Amino acid sequence: MPRHLLSIADLDAAAIRMLLDTAASMQDVQRREVKKIPTLRGRTVINLFFEDSTRTRSSFEIAGKWMSADTINITGKGSSTSKGESLPDTVMTIDAMGVDALVMRHSASGAAHQVAGWVKARVVNAGDGTHEHPTQALLDAFTMEQRLGTLAGRHVAIVGDLTHSRVFRSNVLALRMLGAHVTAVAPVTLMPSGITPWAQADGFALSHDLDAVLTGERPVDALMMLRVQRERMAGGFFPTPREYTVGYGLTRPRLQTLLAANPEAVICHPGPMNRGLEISADAADAAASVILDQVAAGVAVRMSVLYHLLAGEEGSAA
Amino acid sequence: MSALVIKGATAYAAGLPTQGRPGDVVVVDGVVTDLDAAAVPRNADVIDADGLVLLPGLVDIHTHLREPGREDAETIASGSAAAAVGGFTAVLAMANTTPVTDTAEAAERILDLGRSVGLVDVQPIGAVTHDLAGQQLAELGLMHRSRAQVRVFSDDGHCVGDARLMRRALEYIRSFGGVISQHSQDPSLAGPSACCHEGELSGRLGLPGWPAAAESVVIARDAQLARHTGSRVHVAHVSTAEGVEVIRWAKARGIPITAEATPHHLALTVEQVRTYDPVFKVNPPLRPIEDVEAVRAALADGTIDAVATDHAPHARHDKEHAFVDAAFGMLGLETALAVVAHVMVEGGPFGWADVARVMSSAPAAIAGLPGHGRPIAPGEPANLVLIDPAASRTVDRDTSMSLSRNNPWHGRTFAAGVYATILRGRVTAREGVPTSC
Repeated sequence: MPRHLLSIADLDAAAIRMLLDTAASMQDVQRREVKKIPTLRGRTVINLFFEDSTRTRSSFEIAGKWMSADTINITGKGSSTSKGESLPDTVMTIDAMGVDALVMRHSASGAAHQVAGWVKARVVNAGDGTHEHPTQALLDAFTMEQRLGTLAGRHVAIVGDLTHSRVFRSNVLALRMLGAHVTAVAPVTLMPSGITPWAQADGFALSHDLDAVLTGERPVDALMMLRVQRERMAGGFFPTPREYTVGYGLTRPRLQTLLAANPEAVICHPGPMNRGLEISADAADAAASVILDQVAAGVAVRMSVLYHLLAGEEGSAA
Repeated sequence: MSALVIKGATAYAAGLPTQGRPGDVVVVDGVVTDLDAAAVPRNADVIDADGLVLLPGLVDIHTHLREPGREDAETIASGSAAAAVGGFTAVLAMANTTPVTDTAEAAERILDLGRSVGLVDVQPIGAVTHDLAGQQLAELGLMHRSRAQVRVFSDDGHCVGDARLMRRALEYIRSFGGVISQHSQDPSLAGPSACCHEGELSGRLGLPGWPAAAESVVIARDAQLARHTGSRVHVAHVSTAEGVEVIRWAKARGIPITAEATPHHLALTVEQVRTYDPVFKVNPPLRPIEDVEAVRAALADGTIDAVATDHAPHARHDKEHAFVDAAFGMLGLETALAVVAHVMVEGGPFGWADVARVMSSAPAAIAGLPGHGRPIAPGEPANLVLIDPAASRTVDRDTSMSLSRNNPWHGRTFAAGVYATILRGRVTAREGVPTSC
């Protein structure tokens, strides 16, 4: 296990396996009536969120609290050069108080990597710009495995605004390490630049045709729908929400196509959802949907991450 | 009378009879008087230059000296010292200071400050548009008629994006032989947040992409405007193979266009950005190796005329931020010669005469600078640089003459190094130390 969790690329399959296995035992704690273990007693975890977040921040906070860590939330948007304190000053100030872990979200890609070089505390990347969101990829893998068993040989299609998605970037790395087949689906304008050589190097497929993927030779086992922001229209990324939904939304007919091809298929979404844009209410609430399971898994996975970074070899898992 | 004899250096410059052979150069009162030390005047200072290379003093047509406005990052004094140590006898100071160099008075002040320091000739570049805002022309004619005799105009840092304004500016300066140095960046294709070459790495790193086409479309437009107006366009910091192609096309048709490349675009690739280290954040961004090789080839075949540093000092508090928030730019004056020698001489097709061309005579000609980039011959001003091709020096950012530390070469060892710089017969720097007046 590396010193920080900054990117899925810092892990290997064995490390991911270890984190997911520990998450499974953490989920037992989650199901108890009294959800408290002493593992991180005396440890201080700072949730440092420079960007709005409800689910990720509360998920980390709950994870820390259930393990008896002292968790403190700091939010703020003062990260730019124009005014206020600089990023290094902010994080070094908090670090100087002697905290054990910084769980950090920032609008700038690479911010967590840079911060890891400035502080003594362990750093957990809770989302850096459009770069990575490693705990999201871990909880997605955890959720998919709960329904599908091993992901080796399974087919995961990731659909949506890949350009601006840190969830996509972390997921494609994790899923490939776990042996899944991955197809990234989006209009060209919503695919990151240079994705063709990237997909070739990392062994995943690209498609601009969701219907072809759903009816393809390799049935989809997990369909991961990513959030599409309506304001992207302004940048010319797609013409109208209507055209997006017709082309790439998980509509009711597409839900039927998915399940006709593979009745066991699951539907994921990292949230927050735009019901009616990238995913219909029917799909979001279908029996095949594991969207709330993802949220539940988030706490267990984050407990596992904090455990391995902070308790490490000293203690034992719950 | 002051006299200086440079003994035993191998000189390279246009029209030199001793080209490529060790010889002596005699300088009296700032002028080369003889190429034979037999005529050594009494009491002459002697530089034993055995094994050294002698070139005309280097000329940088793209320097940011930050004064006035950001004297915490660089001053004309500190930047002049860096230039002298780096082998330069003339630098052109970009207009994006605070206030902007967009009036005759502002230009004269920079000229005067440079003269009072006296380590290097500091020639101001005038803004193309008032306050670099891209809305109305700056006082181009008054700047030209001032004591500073401004000939080079640039909104560098910003592209003159409006085609009509660019056309008018080119027409306006044609009467006095001016030139516009264009920062070629289509602002709608590469906006202010664009900070990483658009490609596989920017996609993986999630950094806003700066596509090659944002450079080449502006170069193509400006080439057409140069053809239409008959006025001169100079392309600053060419970074892409596509940009090089367009310039080659334009030159083949006799369009009055020249171009420069920076040492960093000749030597560093986008891979440097992988660690999100803002020292490597520069505009235009570092490119893939294919572009770097195209820029090198273009410099070798003359498509790119000159090397220019784009020396861009920044205070630490403007650089030490998240990558997208950090300031653009890197230091270059003190390392330019070593980097160009490394890439183009030791690892490339250049001889020292080619270095003299791209770092001295060509940039001096583009800028219309009298007295620089001249042949080494009797009657010529003694603006010279002595280079030790086997200096083997390791760059240490903390010993820099610059007030800033955003040095991308820190820790790298280069074979060649500047031994001494001579401005009108006076040694302005020797072995890394500037010589005060």
